[in-house]
Amino acid sequence: MPEAAHAQPAWVLLAYLISGVCFIIALRGLSSPESSRRGNRLGMIGMTIAVVTTLAIHEIASLPEIVGAMAIGGGIGLVTARRIQMTAMPQLVAAFHSLVGMAAVLVGAAAFFNPEAFGIAARITPTFGPSIISILPVSRVEMGLGVAIGAITFSGSVIAFLKLNGNMSGKPILLPLRHVINLSTLVGILALIAYFTTDQSPWVFLTIAGLSFAIGFLLIIPIGGADMPVVISMLNSYSGWAAAAMGFTLHNSAMIITGALVGSSGAILSYIMCRAMNRSFISVIAGGFGGDAVAGGAAAAIDRPYKRGSAEDAAFLMSQADQVIIVPGYGMAVSQAQHALREMADLLKKEGVRVKYAIHPVAGRMPGHMNVLLAEANVPYDEVFELEDINSEFAQTDVAFVIGANDVTNPAAKTDKSSPIYGMPVLDVEKARTVLFVKRSMGGVGYAGVDNELFYRDNTMMLLADAKKMVEEIVKNLA
Amino acid sequence: MDFISILSIFVLACFVGYYVVWSVTPALHTPLMSVTNAISSVIVVGALIAAAAAGSATSKWLGLVAVALASVNIFGGFAVTQRMLAMYKRKERKDA
Repeated sequence: MPEAAHAQPAWVLLAYLISGVCFIIALRGLSSPESSRRGNRLGMIGMTIAVVTTLAIHEIASLPEIVGAMAIGGGIGLVTARRIQMTAMPQLVAAFHSLVGMAAVLVGAAAFFNPEAFGIAARITPTFGPSIISILPVSRVEMGLGVAIGAITFSGSVIAFLKLNGNMSGKPILLPLRHVINLSTLVGILALIAYFTTDQSPWVFLTIAGLSFAIGFLLIIPIGGADMPVVISMLNSYSGWAAAAMGFTLHNSAMIITGALVGSSGAILSYIMCRAMNRSFISVIAGGFGGDAVAGGAAAAIDRPYKRGSAEDAAFLMSQADQVIIVPGYGMAVSQAQHALREMADLLKKEGVRVKYAIHPVAGRMPGHMNVLLAEANVPYDEVFELEDINSEFAQTDVAFVIGANDVTNPAAKTDKSSPIYGMPVLDVEKARTVLFVKRSMGGVGYAGVDNELFYRDNTMMLLADAKKMVEEIVKNLA
Repeated sequence: MDFISILSIFVLACFVGYYVVWSVTPALHTPLMSVTNAISSVIVVGALIAAAAAGSATSKWLGLVAVALASVNIFGGFAVTQRMLAMYKRKERKDA
């Protein structure tokens, strides 16, 4: 009886269920910052229950080694979590995804080499010859899928990490015939998983893993820097599906519930990010965005007239305003300007100016990236607004202060049908009486590789400097 | 548990996930990613089974490495989420 192999005491099933429920409540807590901290603690409790239950029901042949492995891993994790800079959060999340992926592959491999320990094997004793340990066919499919998704998550996240961390250019790398190569590799993996049910030789298992590592790599290299928020959400989703597939193999409800939660969470975030860029998921995955137009856009930018302002002008304009809306983007993260920015906002508030922050969903390199940086700089979260909640306010605003954002403010997205970003929802900063645009120099273009027509408008004043230095200068002039 | 009960849990959990995640405020999307990261390391359960079992040395060592990797994620993921969530503050009210 295959089911007998999985028989677990009722209290164990219950414990895994409780741990799954803790994870659901942990995510539910994130509906507001107030409840989120309690939610996170429940998540930790859920994890503890899962680990303790597992250790309690198995005869452990190697406790010191397990404790050692947990101590080493846990130590590295805690130190990293404490030291990491908030601006480096996208890289960290990518690195963490890769670890989940690798762990899934290793668990799959361990189950393959010792299926009896996982209760997924039947011992067949033929009339002649020694008995054979055969992995149940259903488990082989689940195992194959789990390892494949895990491997894709791993190699994809490693590439995403290298791109986000700047070890690798953010520009898409386009191989010839890449769609053909990718599709045939995917078909090959699925065919091998099907074949795996009839032949459990190690080469089949290892080829599935190998091809999956390759496809993860191939899928992410053609995707450009601007699409990273989608990629990182998608990999988040994959890491969940990998955990769920392993949960199927191990018949473990905690893993299945968690996998489904994480999988849908990543999928929803990918959807939100795609919608915020007006791109289809397929076109993001196909890659290549943000590579080709760079040269043309940069050339066009050179000879158009624009107004240039100084920190003094900016300080004067803002101190006279009733309302200032600050629009942060990735450039703010790069120059670590968030603390200086909050200081500037504090001084403005003292002058009686209302200060608000407007955040585009894809500002930065991952969902919610800007919100975290502003929170780090002690900006109260009730001053920070999402695109749809604040967009109508620009028309009644005296100064829009754009710092390190570019494509998300480009009016061409609303008017120019030939623009690659046409149709993307953007912040209507040009409707403000004055736009102050902090940018390093006039030459560069945004990540989408398009020139921003906002720079040449009559009501735009360009503040050309490093974001942090410019804000510090403004602070000096305000004080 | 038979395959159908497991599949039922999975499908229902996908629906729960769908509704729960839509209720997450966009301001907390980064902590959402880091905490989902931490909880998906519940895969450590599988790693522990492999590491604890006698029988195959290969399997045991694969399991131990997986335990270490998943632990980085569990401890790191929850800790970094905690650190981020602690930073989200409301405006200080003068009368408070």
